[in-house]
Amino acid sequence: MDGAMILEWVIKSIFLILVMTGGFAYVTLYERKVLARIQVRIGPNRAGPFGVLQPVADGIKLIFKEELVPAKADKLIFTLAPVLTVIPALIITAVVPWGTEVTLFGRTIKLYLADINIAVLYLMAVTSISIYGIALAGWSSNNKYATLGGLRATAQMISYELALGFAMIVPVMMAGSMSLVDIVESQKPVWFVFVQPLAFLIYFIAALAEINRSPFDMPEAEQELTAGYHTEYSGMKFALFFMAEYIKMIAISMIGSSLFLGGYRGPFVDQLPALGPLYLFIKVAIVLFVIIWIRATLPRIRYDRLMQFGWKVLFPLALLNVFVTGVVLILVGG
Amino acid sequence: MIPLSWYLIVAAGLFVVGIFGVLTRKNLIGILMGVELMLNAVNINLLAFWSYLYPQSLSGLTFVAVVFVAAAAEAAVGLALIISIYRRRTTVNAEEINLLRG
Amino acid sequence: MTPLQIVFLLVAAITLFSAVMVVSIRGMMHAALFLVLTLMGVAFMFATLGSRFFAIIQILVYIGSIAILIIFAVMLTRNIMDAEVASLNRGWWFFAPLALLIFASIVLVLSSWSAFATLRDLSSTSGENILEFGKALTDPNGFVIPFEVASVLLVAAMVGAVYIAMERRGGRG
Repeated sequence: MDGAMILEWVIKSIFLILVMTGGFAYVTLYERKVLARIQVRIGPNRAGPFGVLQPVADGIKLIFKEELVPAKADKLIFTLAPVLTVIPALIITAVVPWGTEVTLFGRTIKLYLADINIAVLYLMAVTSISIYGIALAGWSSNNKYATLGGLRATAQMISYELALGFAMIVPVMMAGSMSLVDIVESQKPVWFVFVQPLAFLIYFIAALAEINRSPFDMPEAEQELTAGYHTEYSGMKFALFFMAEYIKMIAISMIGSSLFLGGYRGPFVDQLPALGPLYLFIKVAIVLFVIIWIRATLPRIRYDRLMQFGWKVLFPLALLNVFVTGVVLILVGG
Repeated sequence: MIPLSWYLIVAAGLFVVGIFGVLTRKNLIGILMGVELMLNAVNINLLAFWSYLYPQSLSGLTFVAVVFVAAAAEAAVGLALIISIYRRRTTVNAEEINLLRG
Repeated sequence: MTPLQIVFLLVAAITLFSAVMVVSIRGMMHAALFLVLTLMGVAFMFATLGSRFFAIIQILVYIGSIAILIIFAVMLTRNIMDAEVASLNRGWWFFAPLALLIFASIVLVLSSWSAFATLRDLSSTSGENILEFGKALTDPNGFVIPFEVASVLLVAAMVGAVYIAMERRGGRG
């Protein structure tokens, strides 16, 4: 463990965090543009050419907003909750590989931050922590709508976490390893989405519910809960929740691409490793497009239906899928 | 290098604090938290013994896994009982739940 | 003192302090949050013991599920205990010295044990071999019986929890 190694890690971490936060800013713009196109509008086009400076303008606006703290709120937890929401979203992608390795300045650099042998467990652990921010935000606001929103979010995320976990186990079984690098490498002949379309579908639906995106954006249903767990938040604290939501969108797209869509793999990636991040970027952009498309198309599901769907349809299906995969793997002789 | 004794002392402290919580808390959920602290202390000890004395054996890891399962089962049943009691008597105070006192 | 030792002492202090807060602080929500901090400290200790797998499992099972369930229960039963005057029962002044006594006797008994101060360099170990562990759990000559018993326990607990917490309509229950 020499100094250059530590420096490399620090640079990679900072790079990852910058990509995620910068990505957050431009995913908001991407979402607004795509939504506008789907709804036959133009979308933001005033700030800069094609509106590319719009996220900056939004950020400046949010910084100058007043920060309100409700009178009887638990101040410490109220301040802590947005931070607790953002941190898991930022650290979850640490185990996702962007490519194999490139040579830069005469030094072979591996294009991933960490290749731990229990990466998928790490993903599940971080996902389960991300509930805290939302539950605590709802509780500490001392507001019944916020508390209800927080309770709903907690129940929803716990319910869909099971199906998500079972969907993530399937690629692990196929690859015979929990390391994401190994999982991506074992998709060299064929992407897992073609072998396991059901697992990918379950992963996608459960992940949408896990990050509270529409059609599962129950915790923030404006009509019923005014805004859900972040009702009382304003200014930068609200911006942090907003940021966490969009970073989580990027994160689940990256993880889904790596688990099922071949990650950084694509034509000629073995000859030219620098293509890896590009392929991953394209795949993430496509998955993000689908997420936004779903938001533009589908109405919100009623809360009891959402819980029923999670427990009575998605969870048994995911369990069955794991079981069948296991039986087939034994029969084939894997 | 950390000696084994440090882990054992921390685990003993955690265990004793857990006992204190179980014996003195009025809130049922608080009692449950004390039990969780005790189970965690047990797990630290088991893993410390595994790691320092028998790193080749898998028995220690199996013990830890079983303790995890027991903790999860205990938390689920315990909290279900607490919620059920709260529904019927609208209290989670252990001193007010005295139906069997006669 | 090596840096690892200093970090260990710091984390141990935080863990024990938050454990004390878990059993003594008045608000149940804060107690639950201190419990999370304690569990984090325990996860750190698992990691320093060379068990990455159980460190992650600690976060997944304890922090991600059990503590969340506890927080959920606190949120569902709230407004009752917040107004309460004392969160500890009358016997606490008796139990506090008793707890210290138990702690002292545990340490005393342990310190007379020959392996108490065992030193091992754990920094070189690469964590447990989870492949071996997984195979041993399903090996008839290994630990398949504890594994199955644990599974049965989980299923029984799940059914029991659902049955107990189920709302009975129209009956006295």
